[in-house]
Amino acid sequence: MLTINQYVKASSLEEAYELNQKKSNVILGGMLWLKMQKRNVGTAIDLSGLGLDAIEETEEAYRIGAMVTLRHLELHGGLNALTQGAARESVRRIVGVQFRNMATVGGSVFGRYGFSDVLTFLMAAGAQVELYKAGRMPVETFAYLPYDRDILTHVIVPKRSMKAAYLSQRNTKTDFPVAACCVVQDMDAGGEIRCVIGARPMKAVCLRDERGILAEGITAGSAQAFGDYVTETVETGTNLRGSAQYRKIVAGVLAKRALLQIAGLEERA
Amino acid sequence: MQIQMTVNEKKIQADIAPDMLLIDFLRAHGCYSVKRGCETSNCGLCTVFMDDRPVLSCSLLAARADGHKVTTLEGLQEEAEGFGAFIADQGAEQCGFCNPGFMMNGIAMFRENPDPTDEEILEYLAGNLCRCSGYEGQLRGIRSYIEYKKQQADEKGGDA
Repeated sequence: MLTINQYVKASSLEEAYELNQKKSNVILGGMLWLKMQKRNVGTAIDLSGLGLDAIEETEEAYRIGAMVTLRHLELHGGLNALTQGAARESVRRIVGVQFRNMATVGGSVFGRYGFSDVLTFLMAAGAQVELYKAGRMPVETFAYLPYDRDILTHVIVPKRSMKAAYLSQRNTKTDFPVAACCVVQDMDAGGEIRCVIGARPMKAVCLRDERGILAEGITAGSAQAFGDYVTETVETGTNLRGSAQYRKIVAGVLAKRALLQIAGLEERA
Repeated sequence: MQIQMTVNEKKIQADIAPDMLLIDFLRAHGCYSVKRGCETSNCGLCTVFMDDRPVLSCSLLAARADGHKVTTLEGLQEEAEGFGAFIADQGAEQCGFCNPGFMMNGIAMFRENPDPTDEEILEYLAGNLCRCSGYEGQLRGIRSYIEYKKQQADEKGGDA
């Protein structure tokens, strides 16, 4: 059970940061995962009064506040147009509308959970995180840093010309994924393919086409070969939702299908 | 700590513990429609609206609802009656424990999308679990409610 001694709605990021330096204190996101833990929290720090619940659009990027909900991400026209609906696809299977009205982008990303759909999508999209003290860095770097007492304030999705597809395999509709996959072809980076496998069930990992399998373009054959490469390469683990071996196979199939989707060779579901 | 919120259009002030959950706050103030089902933020039984958006009251601190508007099924009797009758007509539910959360999220769905497809209905209501049924009766009930609403709109349109 979760107990909380004190609740503070922070009036500035500095106040939130100061409070967060104490180990027994915690920043609240949607509080959904936190509530599942057995934990005695000293001070629960709420960022919801700091205007971090907006998605701002600039010339170069979408800047997503840490308190933006997954539902907001799901329904955002600009982000979904940029990613051909991958933003929506990455969150629409998460529990239910009510849950997604509460769960936050900041909570999902800061937690760097091994089951995270959101982390998988953002890593593939080439997003950056913005931290109060440490500043900006790629999600791909941030995902592997040790947990510290900094505050994630924004996630920035650059407006790059990209083709994207998101797929996940779930044992049952609203459950955590057994495996998730987001493939992005980044036209502004010379057509680089980023294939991110999430819910391994370790932190999402980005695989690139190091062997040049897709160098001649995405075809039924090269997509299959890249899928096989993913199955062979990706490191997975076992939990009650699936074995490591099963996950490797599913990840390969998802990668292949996502490639076919971005090449227009397979219809999107 | 002191909080103040508007519950079903009534202002409530109270002194609460920092870790009191909204579900417990609402039940303590007479909103017994709000049910606790799973305790793992998964079943949707505790659904209420905060500022007109459906949320899980079992996972929301009452402190976070300070200054906000909260609506429970008690505050939506008229909307719930019309819709609920169609669910009952199909004998969709057996024990009925999941009904208040289902009604709330159904109402939220109709407000966002008055004419959803079957696929949209199933997606919107996926976070509302029912352990007696297979959801088929609910789906039939929702379809006939939509039909009824359309007919009503057509008749009104015809008069004008």
